[in-house]
Amino acid sequence: MIGAFPTQVFSQENKSEGTEKKFDPKETILEHIADKHEWRLFGKSYIPLPVILYTDKGIETFSSGNLQPAGTIYKGKYYNYILVNNKIKAVDDAGKIDAAANKKVWDFSITQNVACMWMTGALLLIVFLSMSSTYKKRVGKAPKGLQSFLEPLILFIRDDVALPNIGVKYERYMPLLLTIFFFILINNLFGMIPFFPGGYNLTGNIAVTAVLAVIILIVVNLNAKKGYWKHIFMPNPWWLFPIMIPVEIVSIFSKPIALMIRLFANITAGHIIVLSLVSLIFIFNSLWISPVSVVFVVFIDTIELLVAFLQAYIFTMLSSLFIGMAIEEHHDHQEVI
Amino acid sequence: MDLVTPEVGLIFWTALSFFILLFILGKFAWKPILAAVNEREQSIETALSRAEAVKEEMSRLTSENEALLKQARAERDAILSEATKVKNQIISEAKESAHKEGARQIELARIEINNQKAIAMADVKNQVATLSLDIAEKVLRKQFEDQKKQDELVKELLKEVKLS
Repeated sequence: MIGAFPTQVFSQENKSEGTEKKFDPKETILEHIADKHEWRLFGKSYIPLPVILYTDKGIETFSSGNLQPAGTIYKGKYYNYILVNNKIKAVDDAGKIDAAANKKVWDFSITQNVACMWMTGALLLIVFLSMSSTYKKRVGKAPKGLQSFLEPLILFIRDDVALPNIGVKYERYMPLLLTIFFFILINNLFGMIPFFPGGYNLTGNIAVTAVLAVIILIVVNLNAKKGYWKHIFMPNPWWLFPIMIPVEIVSIFSKPIALMIRLFANITAGHIIVLSLVSLIFIFNSLWISPVSVVFVVFIDTIELLVAFLQAYIFTMLSSLFIGMAIEEHHDHQEVI
Repeated sequence: MDLVTPEVGLIFWTALSFFILLFILGKFAWKPILAAVNEREQSIETALSRAEAVKEEMSRLTSENEALLKQARAERDAILSEATKVKNQIISEAKESAHKEGARQIELARIEINNQKAIAMADVKNQVATLSLDIAEKVLRKQFEDQKKQDELVKELLKEVKLS
C-alpha cells in the first residue's frame, strides 16, 4: 500500500503535464511534504478546502476547488488569484503575478494541514473526553478498554517525564505536557498513513513546531523563578558579565528553537526518506526496483513509528526539563542547551 | 526555502486550535483523569497498607492464640498432675487412716479381751476362793470335831509363831 499510493499520484502528475517530462524527485518530494490547499484523498481525488484571504480591502473566502486544475485563475471580489506551488498568489488581469498586491494579501486558508489538525484534534477530544467520562463512571475500578491502553502513556508522562524533571510542582504543567505529547504523537502517526486520513506533514511543518516552541518559551519564562533570572543577568564571577549575559540571553531562545528544529527536521526527514525510496522506482523507471523500494520503505516506516513516539517524548521531556530548570529555587549550575 | 518559511495562516490556526484543545482537554479530560488516577492510586495504597496491617494483626492473633493454647495445655497438664497428686494423696491417706483404724480396732479388741480375761480371771479366782473357803470350812469342820486334833494344831501354830 505504501508503495502503491505514490505510484498513482506520480502517474497522475505525469499525465496532467501532458508530455513525458523527466521525473524530478526533488520537486515531487518537496511538493508532497508541503502544505496544500486541497485535502488529497488518494490518486486524483481531493476535497476542496475553504480559502480565507485577509486583504487590505476586506476578507475574501472561496473554495480552493476554484483554483483547480493547476494554473486556473480565479476572479475574486478584490483580486484575481492563482495557485503557484500550492501557494495562493494574486495576479493581475494579464495573469502575471502582482508583487504589490501579494504584500497586501494574507493567507489564512484552511489548508490540508489545518483540516488534518482539526481532525486529529477532534479525535483527541473524542478519545480523552470519553475516557474521562469512563473514569467518572468507574470510580476506583481497574482501567478498561481505552483507559488501559492510554493510561500507561499518561502515567508515563507523569512519572517518567514531568515528575523527575519538574519536581513537586509538576501538576500545574501536566495539562500542557499531556496535550503537547498527544498532539505531536497523533499527528506524527497520522502523518505516516500514506492516504486519506493521513498523508500530511503537520509536525514536520516549521510553522507548527514554531508555535509549540513559542508556547514552551512563554511558559518557561513566565513561570521562571528568581534563580533563573539571577543566573542569566548575574553570572558568577562578575567579570564574565560581558560574555555570559549575551550567551544566556541567546540560550533563552536557543532552547525553544532547538525544540522547533528537532521535531521539524526529524519528521520531515522521515517523510523525505520514504518518498525518496518510492521515487527510486520512477528514477530507474522500472517496476523491478519496486520490491527493493517496498522493503526499504517498510523498514524505514518501522523506524519512523519509533521516531513518531520518540519525538513526541523528547519534545515533552525537554519542555518539562526547561520548565523544571526555570522554576527551580536554588539554581547555580550549568544548564543543558 | 519554502520548507523552512512558516506560513502565517498555519501559525494562526495552529495556535488557535492548540489553545482550544489545551483548554478543553485540560479542563474536561486531563484534570478528571489525573484526579481519578491519583485517587485510585491512593485507594490502592491504603488498601495495601490496610491489608498489611490486617496481616500483622492476623499473625499477632495467631501467635496470641498459640500462646493461649500453650498456656491452656500447660494449665491442663498442671491440673491433671495436681489431680493425680491429690488422688494419690487421698488414696494413701485413706489407706493410712484405714490402717490406723484397723490397728485401733485391734487394740481396742485386745484391751477388751484382756479386760474380759481379767474379769473372768477375777471371777474364777473369787469362785476358787469361795470354793476353797467352803472346802476349807468343810475340812476344818470335819477336823475340828475331834478336840485333840484342835489342841495339836494350836500347839503347832504357836510353835511357828515363836519361831518367826
